[in-house]
Amino acid sequence: MSPRVAYTNARVIDPASGLDAPASDTGGLMTDGETIAAIGPGIFADGIPESAVQIDCRGAVLAPGLVDIRADLCEPGAVHKEDLESGSRAAAAGGVTTVVALPNTDPVIDEVSVLEFIARRAREVKLIKVFAYATVTRGGNSDELVEMGLLKEAGAVAFTDGRRTIANATVLSRALKYAQAYDGVIMQHPEEPVLAHGGVMQSGELSTRLGLPGIPTEAEIIMLQRDLKLVEMTGGRYHASHISTGAAVQAIANAKAARLDVTCDTAPPYFALNELAVGEYRTFAKLSPPLRREEDRQAIVAGLADGTIDCIASDHAPQDQDSKRLPFEQAEFGAVGLETLLQLTLELRHNGHLTLPDALARITYRPADILGLPVGRLSVGGPADLVVFDPDRPTRIEPGNFVSKSKNSPFDGRLVQGQVLRTVVDGRTIFSAAA
Amino acid sequence: MLHTNIRRFYTFAYNIIPNSLDIKGKKCFLRYTKTYIYEFMSTPLRIVREKLNITQTELASLMGTTQATVSRMEAGQWEPNASQVQAVLAKSSRLGVELSVDDFVLPQALQSPNNGAPAVVVDRHFDHRHLLGIQDLSPDEISFLLDLSDTYAERNRTAERKQSLLAGKTVINLFFEESTRTRTSFELAGKRLGADVINIAVASSSIKKGETVIDTAMTLNAMHADALVVRHTHAGAVQLLSEKVNCSVINAGDGSHEHPTQALLDALTIRRRKGHLQGLLVALCGDVAHSRVARSNIYLLQTMGARVRVIAPPTLVPAAIERLGVEVFHDMRAGLADCDIVMMLRLQRERMQGSFVPSVHEYFHFYGLDYDKLSHAKPDALIMHPGPMNRGVEIDSAVADDIDRSVIHEQVEMGVAVRMACLDILTRDDRRNTP
Repeated sequence: MSPRVAYTNARVIDPASGLDAPASDTGGLMTDGETIAAIGPGIFADGIPESAVQIDCRGAVLAPGLVDIRADLCEPGAVHKEDLESGSRAAAAGGVTTVVALPNTDPVIDEVSVLEFIARRAREVKLIKVFAYATVTRGGNSDELVEMGLLKEAGAVAFTDGRRTIANATVLSRALKYAQAYDGVIMQHPEEPVLAHGGVMQSGELSTRLGLPGIPTEAEIIMLQRDLKLVEMTGGRYHASHISTGAAVQAIANAKAARLDVTCDTAPPYFALNELAVGEYRTFAKLSPPLRREEDRQAIVAGLADGTIDCIASDHAPQDQDSKRLPFEQAEFGAVGLETLLQLTLELRHNGHLTLPDALARITYRPADILGLPVGRLSVGGPADLVVFDPDRPTRIEPGNFVSKSKNSPFDGRLVQGQVLRTVVDGRTIFSAAA
Repeated sequence: MLHTNIRRFYTFAYNIIPNSLDIKGKKCFLRYTKTYIYEFMSTPLRIVREKLNITQTELASLMGTTQATVSRMEAGQWEPNASQVQAVLAKSSRLGVELSVDDFVLPQALQSPNNGAPAVVVDRHFDHRHLLGIQDLSPDEISFLLDLSDTYAERNRTAERKQSLLAGKTVINLFFEESTRTRTSFELAGKRLGADVINIAVASSSIKKGETVIDTAMTLNAMHADALVVRHTHAGAVQLLSEKVNCSVINAGDGSHEHPTQALLDALTIRRRKGHLQGLLVALCGDVAHSRVARSNIYLLQTMGARVRVIAPPTLVPAAIERLGVEVFHDMRAGLADCDIVMMLRLQRERMQGSFVPSVHEYFHFYGLDYDKLSHAKPDALIMHPGPMNRGVEIDSAVADDIDRSVIHEQVEMGVAVRMACLDILTRDDRRNTP
């Protein structure tokens, strides 16, 4: 009845501690029940304990399970697009062991009861670890603050109005102040809503040719600069979600240099695609913020490389066929991303922008640390949340094979390297690739 | 002049008389050439001889040649030279008949309005199932469409304008946006070609909630239409629809994207008046930002070697328009300098008051076309407008009605011809396969 598992012949990488041990017969990782019992080279020098089940990783990488701090799980409200179970399975298939769900559900997560519903559903599904945000404002669209303290006690990891910008400067400044009493992080979708109103893609030559209303690049930096001034004014804790422009990277770098309590993330589309992916009205490439110009994409890559951008989130936004098979202007925004997060992040390594541990850092302990989650690292006694993957295996992204209920990926058909072989949460294998 | 016109006629006639489908290695449309043969087959020389009421032998002696030569000349195989024409002119007065040089010139209706363009339309490669935009067309394909449209324009002026080319074929005009003139023009074009034409108007409000574009497309597809003419409020909607149906689709305007038949009819109007498009300086004035007419015209005119200027208040110029190769002006007088064509665009009512321009009054003062501003263009500059006009907003009534300068009604006339040509070309493959 021993629940001990020995992972052998694995290159063990823990970005948080800097561990990068080459694959060997004598090293690896051992779990005991839900926790990690031993890590590193030489732990099996005296042989594998008899009671342990051995898993031969055949030279693959073993790393902390991925942490995704921005995903729509659509439950409650839009379970035809995704629900906690399908979203959890999609995460598991992508090597993601912890997801923080956006509060843009229906009803929105602005009360303890909705938060408890999510927690209960996550326990029922019992696959990955699901955390949730609460909104900043009641209904996610008003000027009244939610019960931040109570929600924080009930488990809300941070506060954000999700895909809606908190445009009212007074509301945001109060939220930044009030949340400090509960160590609350305020996350913003930085986009000037009036300037972006009606726009469906990046403003420029392509939008002019396609005859589509554009969103200027400046919509992002205008809101971000205002927010940063409010952070300076209030001393609050602020996180900018999915930044997409070079100007925003620069502004975040300046804010960090000025020692403001600011972090940010981006999503794979913003470092792996540019506006040209819209091509001839591909609604799968209709994202918010929109795909930007090539120089912005390069600036995002540079921001990831130099650490200005703290982490990468999948920005998983499932949309069903009926929401995307429409004229571009009428189609919904968003793309699924849980199942491609690792592969696209590995592109940064394959293209020479980041080392493998650095790339993994941005999808493991860095996002976990921003929200203070006890995951994303390998430590003895810590939770046995693991991913085993082959970082080099060539494959093609086939949305038809996605586990997610929705298939709206702008990376359809893209050739990538990297394959998740096994995903483990609390010592239990919840995903295993068919050999 | 005389000589070139005679040469052109005889060259033309020589090409059609051999009654062959193969002329200089290119396939020729006998259908149209026969039209010419029966309607206009008397060559100028034959008409002259009939006026003089003399025999071919007598005419031959006047010209100092043989009867066989005259016979061939009357058949259009050979051409008389200038001295022979002079000889006939000199001696005709003695016979009591007043002749002029014009009598030897190709009749107006037979002259190719485009200097140098063939009166015989040579079937060029047109490998498009749909007509979705000008951006997809090569210069050769545009010329082909214009040449063919020209023959329809001439035919529409005769009593035999009704044809049975598309007898038994169904053309559906599917309009998701209100339209009177474009729809009527397409309806007339379809009916002139003998097709059964059905008009369907779908209010855009009802498709927002109920049936999607794709549903509508599939419904019509099941009815086996041969051609669909589609207008939609959203850019790209017509392309989306074209991907789902088995028949040819003509874009009758989609959002701010393209309106290809409008650009073709504008080009045909210009070519007939100016003889060519190459090297012309064309000014597009008004709401370029929201205009599909402007975009299609920019692509077409530039493809055919014209230069395009855009004259508009800065709020009505789309992003990065200069990347399309146009010159941008905000001062109408400067912009109109040396222009051959002044093309006015309609300003939508909802954009007049405060949102894009402060007032109609101010707009007309700076951007309304009146004689004062027009005086900066070339003295023979043509005035065009896609209609419907806002008199006193973008164009002064007197200028719009100036029969020497305004070709606005001719544009409407050419619209039917262009749409006949488009319906003809796009249904050709089907007609060939099912005789």
